[in-house]
Amino acid sequence: MLFRIMKHDDLRSLYSLIAADNRIVGPVQKGTDKDGNAIYAFDQVSSFDDIRLNYTTTKIPAKRFFMPFREDLASFHMQGSDWEKKVDFNIHRPIVFFGLHACDINALNKLDKVMLGSHYPMPYYAAKRKNMFIVGIDCSPQPYCFCRSMGADTALHGFDLFLTNLGEHYFVEILSDTAYNFIRQITSKEPDEDDHALYMKAAAEKNRKFTTHVDTTDLTKILDMEFQSEVWKKWGQQCLSCGTCANVCPTCYCYGVEESVSLDLSRASKTKQLYSCNLIDFAEVAGGHNFRPEGHSRLKYRYYHKHRGFVEAYEESLCVGCGRCGESCLAGITVPEVIASVRGQES
Amino acid sequence: MNNQIKFTDVLSGRQWQYHRKSDLGAFEYTYKAEVTAIHKLTDLENLFRIQILDPDERKSFSFQPGQFLMLELPGIGEAPFSISSSPTRHGDLELCIRKAGSLTDYLFKLERGTRVGIRGPFGTGFPMEQMHGENILLIAGGLGLAPLRAPIAYVQENRNLFENVDIIYGTKNPSQLLFTYQYDMWRADDVNLHIIVESADPSWKGPVGMITKSLEEIFINRQPDYFQRTYAIVCGPPVMFKFVCNMLNECDIPMQKMFVSLERRMHCGMAKCCRCNIGSTYICLKGPVFDYWSVMNLKEAI
Repeated sequence: MLFRIMKHDDLRSLYSLIAADNRIVGPVQKGTDKDGNAIYAFDQVSSFDDIRLNYTTTKIPAKRFFMPFREDLASFHMQGSDWEKKVDFNIHRPIVFFGLHACDINALNKLDKVMLGSHYPMPYYAAKRKNMFIVGIDCSPQPYCFCRSMGADTALHGFDLFLTNLGEHYFVEILSDTAYNFIRQITSKEPDEDDHALYMKAAAEKNRKFTTHVDTTDLTKILDMEFQSEVWKKWGQQCLSCGTCANVCPTCYCYGVEESVSLDLSRASKTKQLYSCNLIDFAEVAGGHNFRPEGHSRLKYRYYHKHRGFVEAYEESLCVGCGRCGESCLAGITVPEVIASVRGQES
Repeated sequence: MNNQIKFTDVLSGRQWQYHRKSDLGAFEYTYKAEVTAIHKLTDLENLFRIQILDPDERKSFSFQPGQFLMLELPGIGEAPFSISSSPTRHGDLELCIRKAGSLTDYLFKLERGTRVGIRGPFGTGFPMEQMHGENILLIAGGLGLAPLRAPIAYVQENRNLFENVDIIYGTKNPSQLLFTYQYDMWRADDVNLHIIVESADPSWKGPVGMITKSLEEIFINRQPDYFQRTYAIVCGPPVMFKFVCNMLNECDIPMQKMFVSLERRMHCGMAKCCRCNIGSTYICLKGPVFDYWSVMNLKEAI
């Protein structure tokens, strides 16, 4: 990995350079909540001044740009009794993500394992993932962040540039030659020992700010042992089965496929829509049998997939600890609380 | 200096042609096929004969007994169905389908000649080669005969490779029996066919009871060494798996020699949509065929 040091002011030049010929998506402020706190979202930006690099977190992850909530997988042209199928991956220009936190980059890395693995890699995702340029930015842990417990507080790969604020300078990690070519065009310098010390100090300070922790020791085994535990029923009674948690999760990828025809019956489309395993009909089969009819069995499945099954398959959890699900949950269910209760650590 | 980031076409040119599991082009590839015949089997089930149109594609379409495909009706939807025909027939496929939902409701209104789409084959099959030289118990409950018909065809075509072959088939009542016209053929191929119904009607002369009753009667006359060399394939409703497989296990058939086919909702067939997921096991990829030991280790599988 190559490291450079860049003055704060030069970030604007870097942005201008990239933005001149590319489409940029970054964190912007969308409004304020009832307590006066800013609400952020990822959106397309046209000016560097619109980007809020010191954002806390966004309500919704950047998922909609590479895994849209609704996406046409194919279209059909009907001609009499015959039809032609056309497939479009729905991307025609690269997207630059300017200011993703480590958790969201790690979420992409986890999605890569599912979407770009050797069994049926998904071209809709691949096309968008291969046409991304990611500028990462360091963050300040919020009360709901538990990314450190999930090993997702730093990103090791999956981005092009990563910026860490050292006060007057940015510590820049360069991971791709495209990124190197941009950095080459602006003023930057080789980091010296003092910069290294500043970086390590910043990292240590960040670590101290985490207030929420999840104990993941032996979690896969504990989840297996506690499969019949009563705590699931308790959480199930609280859960509204609304699917908000999946909606705001940067790693939730499950979906449903529906087809529809145009009014004149000449065209049809096959549409993928992101779903949630908490929704009542998620595992219902033809004829009406539902493998998970109760709310608690669906909530439990969500935890088993993320914290047990995925670990079994990829030796890491499908949760990056961004805390968005807990923040958005209408019933106030949070991952750290659920896992603590399953471990019998309820306070 | 041009700072435009280069666009990468992930599926440029020739790559569209490849349909192996690891190719991006496999994801939405649909074989165009035609419904060549529709047989009414019962009030609720039809057998659909579906032929892949392109002769080369038809020939190269190969599958294992137990695998499934996604049947696509453009504009209506797509759903998984297990293949009910012999693997030697390649892309001349038969699907035994029950009218059970919106897609199948529409399917039952179709006439022969309709053009449909097929994706697949997907999932795991029954390891027939592994069973060569052994006895086989083919056990089906209700619509479970649909996935079982492919291994039955395999056994018929390779009858010399197997010792004793028994088909044990149970339904709720005689009117629900599927493929009645084939029973004589199976018997002629030296397959012992045992049929039992839960409730008889006046015309029914055969045994009445649960499928386990049928098994008990068969097993009472078998020597202990029979079970040492026996494989079982069990297809049917999940509740049946428990009773049947536990019974087989009590006869000392190891769980690794019993195979079941699980049914789940599926929207992709390619381990993406998660609808069939149990824990992190995609039934569409690691199943639908599992040995019973693996099923026992999947939470909530049955």
